[in-house]
Amino acid sequence: MAVVVILVLLAVGSVLFHLLSPWWWTPIASNWNYIDNTLIITFWITGVVFVAVVLFMAYCVLRFRHRPGNRAAYEPENRKLEGWLAGGTTLGVAAMLTPGLFVWHQFVTVPSGAAEVEVVGQQWLWSFRLPGADGKLGTSETRDVTPENSLGLNRNDAAALDDVIIEGGELHLEVGKPVKILLRSVDVLHDFYVPEFRAKMDMVPGMVTYFWLTPTRTGTFEVLCAELCGTGHPQMRGTVVVDNAADYQTWLSSQQTFSQMMAATETKQTAQAENAAAAQ
Amino acid sequence: MNVALIFLVVILTIAGWWLSRQRLFSKPWLEVGHTYDLRPHDRPSIPPAKIGLGVFLAVVAALFSLFMSAYFMRMASTDWWSTPMPRILWLNTAILGLGSLLLHAAGVTAERHQDDTSRTALIAALAAGLAFLAGQVFAWRELSDAGYLLADNPANSFFYMISGMHGLHILGGLFALTRVIVKTRTGPMGEKAVLSITLCATYWHFMLAVWLVLFALFSGWANDFVELCRQLLT
Amino acid sequence: MVDIRSGTGEPIGPAEVEDVELYHPHSWWTRYVFSQDAKIIAIQYASTAIAIGMVALVLSWLMRLQLGFPGAFAFIDADRYYQFITMHGMIMVIYLLTALFLGGFGNYLIPLMLGARDMVFPYANMLSYWLYLLAVLVLVASFFAPGGPTGAGWTLYPPQAVLSGTPGGKDWGIILMLSSLILFIIGFTMGGLNYVVTVLQGRARGMTLMRMPLTVWGIFTATVMALLAFPALFVACVMMLFDRVLGTSFFMPAIVEMGEQLQHGGGSPILFQHLFWFFGHPEVYIVALPAFGIVSDLISTHARKNIFGYRMMVWAIVIIGALSFIVWAHHMYVSGMNPYFGFFFATTTLIIAVPTAIKVYNWVLTLWRGDIHLTLPMLFALAFIVTFVNGGLTGLFLGNVVVDVPLSDTMFVVAHFHMVMGVAPILVIFGAIYHWYPKITGRMLNGLMGHLHFWVTFIGAYLIFFPMHYLGLIGVPRRYYEMGETAFVPASAHTLNEFITIMVLVVGAAQIIFLFNLVWSIRHGREAGGNPWRATTLEWQTPETPPRHGNWGKELPVVYRWAYDYSVPGAPEDFIPQNQPGSAGLAPEGAS
Repeated sequence: MAVVVILVLLAVGSVLFHLLSPWWWTPIASNWNYIDNTLIITFWITGVVFVAVVLFMAYCVLRFRHRPGNRAAYEPENRKLEGWLAGGTTLGVAAMLTPGLFVWHQFVTVPSGAAEVEVVGQQWLWSFRLPGADGKLGTSETRDVTPENSLGLNRNDAAALDDVIIEGGELHLEVGKPVKILLRSVDVLHDFYVPEFRAKMDMVPGMVTYFWLTPTRTGTFEVLCAELCGTGHPQMRGTVVVDNAADYQTWLSSQQTFSQMMAATETKQTAQAENAAAAQ
Repeated sequence: MNVALIFLVVILTIAGWWLSRQRLFSKPWLEVGHTYDLRPHDRPSIPPAKIGLGVFLAVVAALFSLFMSAYFMRMASTDWWSTPMPRILWLNTAILGLGSLLLHAAGVTAERHQDDTSRTALIAALAAGLAFLAGQVFAWRELSDAGYLLADNPANSFFYMISGMHGLHILGGLFALTRVIVKTRTGPMGEKAVLSITLCATYWHFMLAVWLVLFALFSGWANDFVELCRQLLT
Repeated sequence: MVDIRSGTGEPIGPAEVEDVELYHPHSWWTRYVFSQDAKIIAIQYASTAIAIGMVALVLSWLMRLQLGFPGAFAFIDADRYYQFITMHGMIMVIYLLTALFLGGFGNYLIPLMLGARDMVFPYANMLSYWLYLLAVLVLVASFFAPGGPTGAGWTLYPPQAVLSGTPGGKDWGIILMLSSLILFIIGFTMGGLNYVVTVLQGRARGMTLMRMPLTVWGIFTATVMALLAFPALFVACVMMLFDRVLGTSFFMPAIVEMGEQLQHGGGSPILFQHLFWFFGHPEVYIVALPAFGIVSDLISTHARKNIFGYRMMVWAIVIIGALSFIVWAHHMYVSGMNPYFGFFFATTTLIIAVPTAIKVYNWVLTLWRGDIHLTLPMLFALAFIVTFVNGGLTGLFLGNVVVDVPLSDTMFVVAHFHMVMGVAPILVIFGAIYHWYPKITGRMLNGLMGHLHFWVTFIGAYLIFFPMHYLGLIGVPRRYYEMGETAFVPASAHTLNEFITIMVLVVGAAQIIFLFNLVWSIRHGREAGGNPWRATTLEWQTPETPPRHGNWGKELPVVYRWAYDYSVPGAPEDFIPQNQPGSAGLAPEGAS
């Protein structure tokens, strides 16, 4: 009898836990509420199935538990019942899969007007790069990474010179503007993960991956790494700020471009060399 | 993973064909009281060792098809230069083929109770196997002397790794062959000896086939073949 | 009314006794240590698996202590934490679950259930165990190697697994891990050949495929899958060893490690993931299918009713086995592979839910109108259904590509796979041990300890993993040594973590009761007799309990019926053993 009580408690308890517990996803900050909707459909369908199966089991145990003199029925199979159950399951699965595939189609189709932003992962730091005045990201190569040029940009590519580079700082995005996030890594796998955006994607050294989103509300959000990248994995944090258009422009204009950065390091190096010479 | 998937389709087809003959649609609860066994009543018609070898070869084939899948997937990247094939590989291929023929002959002669001929063929096959391995090592040395080192290029890496893996399988086969030679050294060759020799021969034919595919792969003919298939399809 | 056709074939004489060539042990060493008897090998496999599994259990306590009470235990630093999770995962999946189901239960049950004297290649079977033991020892050695075991996560993704930012990456850890896996695979292949060929060739007369117990069907299909899937892991391991030791670039692209350019270039980390999951997904079913099979037999026996829809169950096992080879990339939806693969793999993944669901329905429909004995094996079987349904349903979240995007790499995934391929199969293992222990030792396990063990394990495990899904919903990533101050994680989530940790310790303690029971009952358990559960399958019909070497005395059994003749109308008893001649056990010929 304890079994029946526990099974019922388990089914009811799980549902109550789902409804009453304070633990739920973060308020969404991107256009991917479609994902949330698909998730909710899935919760409904699977929840009903779970409760039905467990309660049916509890009922069976209650009703058909062994008593002296009992004998089980003899029923090798029941094609009709099995057919109905298989059919119903197929329907339920289709009800989850179909919206899922539609949303996935949206997810992999980047709108043509999306602005490009590059996120670069390295152990254990985020860097960002925005196209400069020409609206184009310059080429880059892991082989070109040096202490001065930590993102490995191609110095001979004109498109790279005006790129805006943010090392270890905050990334700002403009609210309401679709953005294609290009992901690159110079060492191991990382994963650019902002829970409020719902979307995420691994960054793989040697290739460029991407996803897109449209930020839907302003605010400051934490960036986490979601793919194990070594001992410092949990410390690999960053910040994304979603601004309105005016704030975004102010922020953008105060950032350093690649050529400015190279010039700054060169002056620093010459200064150091001069200092060294003076010291001698 | 195309090669691995094609291989899987083949295996699944064989499994499906076999299952289709096992009366999977019968209703076992109605068939009570007698054996309903379609297998022959006497000893199993195929010795378990043969089936066992067949299954093992399927595993080995899975292994090499996965290596080949990896080869094709890695080939897609830009840093790939194909490795030139040392001429001696042709000789090695011939020696491996000769070993195959010798083992086949050993099986046939053993069945005809020409025990001495069979023993000679077995030892010759063993020698051929050793010669093949020596030849492969020679080919490696020739390549590395010519500056094609293991870590320089993925094509080199694959060549050394996959041919090494094939060589290890040959080495295992030689070990089994030696056991058979020792066991059949004296006394007339019975049913068991014939079976052991046939199994060795089957293994050898199989490893020859694998080598031919690998050789074609390394020489680049496989790519031409794949390209041809692609053109035929489109 | 059920139609029972009486037998129409001619009566069968006693089986011709086949003189099977068995290796007869000459000494204590060849009888109990270097034994070629599948039953001894099974016990060796199972004991080794349980022993190394205990190590993995302790590792889980340590990692949970860190998660529940971050910083309270100074010796668990980040390096150690990652080593603990890696070894916990790898041991549990490969060295415990795979080895115990196939090496343990496979070895013990296949020959007995099929009416064979032993496996067909006893010598290879023995080698299989010793290679497995060697693999385990190499794995354990990595704890003592300089730099400790690898901390790359059980998926061992390169490039991280072989770089210095990961514990063991530039030391011995990863090398020993990969070597151990290679040894395991070679050893398993030897055993696997045995299981497959024994099913194909070693069946007793009358044991047609459709009369085999579902346990054998599950183990057989899982073994075939394992033989085809493990080579992928083998290839991945060999290639990674080359990358790590010989400096090749199979998986290694150009990398700047801590500001320094490495020699590698052009390799593809995704290639490793494809190989790994080409093995890894079938692996899930390699563990699940034997559990499916065993639980079917437990439910049928203890509900005194034939398994409902036997044919469907067989087909489902075969279909699941075949389909599981074309779903692997659902582990890689956010890996950066071509996103259009998502459509294909989401569809195949959700299709596989249908045969799986049918199996669940048939288990509960077997209970319906049964005569349910709430024995310990039955309790574990019921608990399995609950946890498996729960874990299977959350699989529909993760298999549906777009729903996976927010949930992947979070604690939701951890909760899901622990429920579905951790807790559920282990509950089956427990149920199976309570069920077959009387056959293995001749004595019953102690019931009081058994009930205590059951309730704590079942309820505890559910309380650990059910709430854990919600951590993932919040967005807590997996494989985090510590969450630290994170704005979107409420303080209450930390309380939940503490609760989970305490439950882990409680459930862990219950396993000690179980181990004690296993040892204690060998001498002090109640005498079981040959067939304490009044079961139909052949292993319960052996002339001696525990069965001797050769299993069957002088004559091999002949099989006259399927494995599920329970509560047949008109039969005097509520079970008819498979080797009992006569139609349906009816007293007069032809009555219905």
